Amino acid sequence: MAALYIILTASVIAISCGLLGSFLILRKMALVGDAISHAVLPGIVLAFLISGSRDNIPMLIGAAVLGVITTLIIEMLQKKAGMQEDASIGITFTWLFALGVILITSYTGQVDLDQECVLYGEIAYVPLDTFNLSNGLSLGPRALWISGSVLLLIIAFILKGYKGLVLTTFNKDYAASIGISTAFWQLAFMSLVSLTTVVSFESVGAILVVALLVAPPAAAYLLSQNLKKMLWLSTLFGILTAVGGYYLALVLDGSIAGAMATFAGVLFAGAWGWSKLTSKHSGTIPVTDKKNISTFF
Amino acid sequence: MDIRPDCPAIEVHNLTASYNRKPVLWDVDFALPQGKLVGIVGPNGSGKTTLLRNMMGLMKPDSGYVNLFGKSLDEVREKVSYVPQRETVDWDFPASVMDVVEMGRYRKGNLFKRLSKQDKILCTEALEKVGLLDLAKRQISQLSGGQQQRVFLARSLAQQADLYLMDEPFVGVDAATEESILALLTQMKSEGKTVVIVHHDLQTAYEYFDWIVLLNTRLVASGEKEKVFTPQLLQEAYGGRLTVLSRIGDLMAKQDFPLREKEFKEAKGTGDGKTY
Repeated sequence: MAALYIILTASVIAISCGLLGSFLILRKMALVGDAISHAVLPGIVLAFLISGSRDNIPMLIGAAVLGVITTLIIEMLQKKAGMQEDASIGITFTWLFALGVILITSYTGQVDLDQECVLYGEIAYVPLDTFNLSNGLSLGPRALWISGSVLLLIIAFILKGYKGLVLTTFNKDYAASIGISTAFWQLAFMSLVSLTTVVSFESVGAILVVALLVAPPAAAYLLSQNLKKMLWLSTLFGILTAVGGYYLALVLDGSIAGAMATFAGVLFAGAWGWSKLTSKHSGTIPVTDKKNISTFF
Repeated sequence: MDIRPDCPAIEVHNLTASYNRKPVLWDVDFALPQGKLVGIVGPNGSGKTTLLRNMMGLMKPDSGYVNLFGKSLDEVREKVSYVPQRETVDWDFPASVMDVVEMGRYRKGNLFKRLSKQDKILCTEALEKVGLLDLAKRQISQLSGGQQQRVFLARSLAQQADLYLMDEPFVGVDAATEESILALLTQMKSEGKTVVIVHHDLQTAYEYFDWIVLLNTRLVASGEKEKVFTPQLLQEAYGGRLTVLSRIGDLMAKQDFPLREKEFKEAKGTGDGKTY
């Protein structure tokens, strides 16, 4: 039962990350996902310090707020300070993450909220923390319930907001030209990324969540001609990562999260190889004609 | 030179806009007529794209404003269509030609709904007009530059607007596409649509457009092409580029202007790389 719970929780998180990660990649924001996953740390710690408990809800809120702040700081550095995007990201998340580390080490010393756990996560403990009814009946791991709710939220958001999300991803200027608020979509989307990231903390940790956000969708991207297929493939690769990673860890007797991220990398390599093989046969090479008409002046 | 039409499609009032405090447009003020093909022409960095972005409300001007059909953009948004530069989007995006054209039917009001049958018909018609119906299901990364530009035009047509603002639609397209775009523009004009095009090529501008706006940060001229294309005004817009100007001046003196595009190409076709 424990194995099933672990795989199920990991799969749910991997699907959430894969769906959002697909849009992150297409928005050329894969590294922003990376940044958020680290920068939510002070949010979690602050939420813990304020609420005084390790309850998930305050932490989720704290993390989501910090995630949104991260994107805003990155945007501000780019627009107001004239920094390049990669430099803005680098400054923002390392600074916020460091702030979180200081907060943990100096204020929460005696509580079970250490950087090891935040960095690497421990999915093996997921089945131990169950969600119980008042009569003591166990309904399964708390992490599964929470990540499941987040996944449902993400699916609802993508189904309902598909057009807006795609339009603002593909062509922001055009979306703005027909009066659609690109800032709203950006904010809504980034809030979901923050939420997903913090939910993943308990299982895969801050560093390895990036693997789930980027590797399965990147593999799917290589094999897809349309977005719907890419989302389905991301889902499939997410599940494969969870299952494959778990058994890899079992075989190697190592960290489950590490094995999952490793497996995600292997999956990506496989997808890459496959895309190279198939593109040779189909022979549909994009044609570009950059002929410059006006060489006159 | 600033000729004012009656019932203008676009009025630009004292527009000043800048990037990082560097002014790109300085106190630009003009009006454009309805039902014409209008070219916004000027040297590189003269603020052509910035002007278009300000018309479309995509950036905030430092001062001044733009009226479309005598109203603010928000009141007439559905009558206006914007075609960004082709290079501004990622053509490797996993979407089909039809997916992109359907975006032309997206509205604030139907963003959370499915497109109607009518919407789909309009998209099919738009694709047919640009001659890409056969490629409707093709992924956009597999298109040539000219075809990509036509996808953008089809999306714009699907919007069923009255005013079209296009940013450099002739850049990087093949001769066939260029001709088909021109035919399309002429047809749109005959239907009473107004088309405003940012264009960097002075040579073809005279041929393509009825009305020309000469821009170089400040407004140099706005009026019928015959009145705008004078050596003095071109000199004002293109400043130091004397080689260009002397050539244009020669052409005008010989009264062989406009030089036909085709002849020009043939002459150039020798491929000896000489500058003209």
